Amino acid sequence: MNVLIFPIQLVAIVFMIFAFSRVWLRAREGSISRGMFLFWILVWLLLLVAVVRPELTTQLAKKLGIGRGVDVALYISIVTLFYLNFRNNVLIENLRHEITRLTRIIALGQK
Amino acid sequence: MGKLLVIIPAFNEALVIGKTIKGVRQSLKDAGVLIVNDGSSDTTGIEAKRAGATVINHPINRGLGGALGTGLYWAKERDIDCAITFDADGQHDPDDILKVLKPIHSGNADVVIGTRTKSGWNEIPWDRKIVLTLSNWLTWFLFGIKTTDSTSGLRAFNRKAIEKIQIKTDQMEVSNEFFYEIKRCGLRLEEVPIKVLYTDYSRSKGQKNSNAINVGVKLLLRLFR
Repeated sequence: MNVLIFPIQLVAIVFMIFAFSRVWLRAREGSISRGMFLFWILVWLLLLVAVVRPELTTQLAKKLGIGRGVDVALYISIVTLFYLNFRNNVLIENLRHEITRLTRIIALGQK
Repeated sequence: MGKLLVIIPAFNEALVIGKTIKGVRQSLKDAGVLIVNDGSSDTTGIEAKRAGATVINHPINRGLGGALGTGLYWAKERDIDCAITFDADGQHDPDDILKVLKPIHSGNADVVIGTRTKSGWNEIPWDRKIVLTLSNWLTWFLFGIKTTDSTSGLRAFNRKAIEKIQIKTDQMEVSNEFFYEIKRCGLRLEEVPIKVLYTDYSRSKGQKNSNAINVGVKLLLRLFR
């Protein structure tokens, strides 16, 4: 088993420890739901495994018929980013609607 | 006939709002006129009050959907029997209000849309024709309702429609959302031809063509909310 062959792996692991700490802090202060906490922990765990054991991504790639492990990681990242962007857009729309409801209540209360 | 209310959403329309209100009051003497002043930075609210309308002031601008939602909510709370939405920019002929009211009064429809394309297609600028055609197609694709004018601002709603329709969008996409609500609530829809009065002013105040893509994206997002 190859562990920490390249400095990039060390940098990536330090970043992920930082990311874990952010997720943990946000969950502790109640800024994110339990579902979102589990989602982000899973995302960073999977990335950690991919960094420490890159040959596992190659095995997954072969099973999926993609070829290279790094390509699998790239495809999954793009799909995940699209999904998160979509979720953010929906969240913003919901917030806008809530602001409109609040504006309506204030406006009608003035009458 | 019952209680009638004309809802006019207005954002920075001080130049024309007085004339629009007077025109509506002349055509429909028994109706109340409600201006939803959507966070205007000019004297729209003052001018509207001067012209004899009831004014509700949004403290901040929320867009066409937000303003229409407020107007319909007000109509629901005040037991209004029939509500008409009317553009503030002077692009509608006030006499057309009676045309959109007809199917409501005869009991043939719950919602009536005044369509600008049946008699005035040639008067619509070519760029608006493209946007309107795409919008009509999107309304059919997303909500399964065929319409000849999905962005018309002249509409009439009976009491049943006022009670059932729940507007959730804030901006221009509200025009398409009405069709979603019509289908969701099982309301009867009818379209009647109305005139279209495109002026430089109404064109400058209306939806920008570039905003059409934004409206489409927001409608799609709404489906997955």
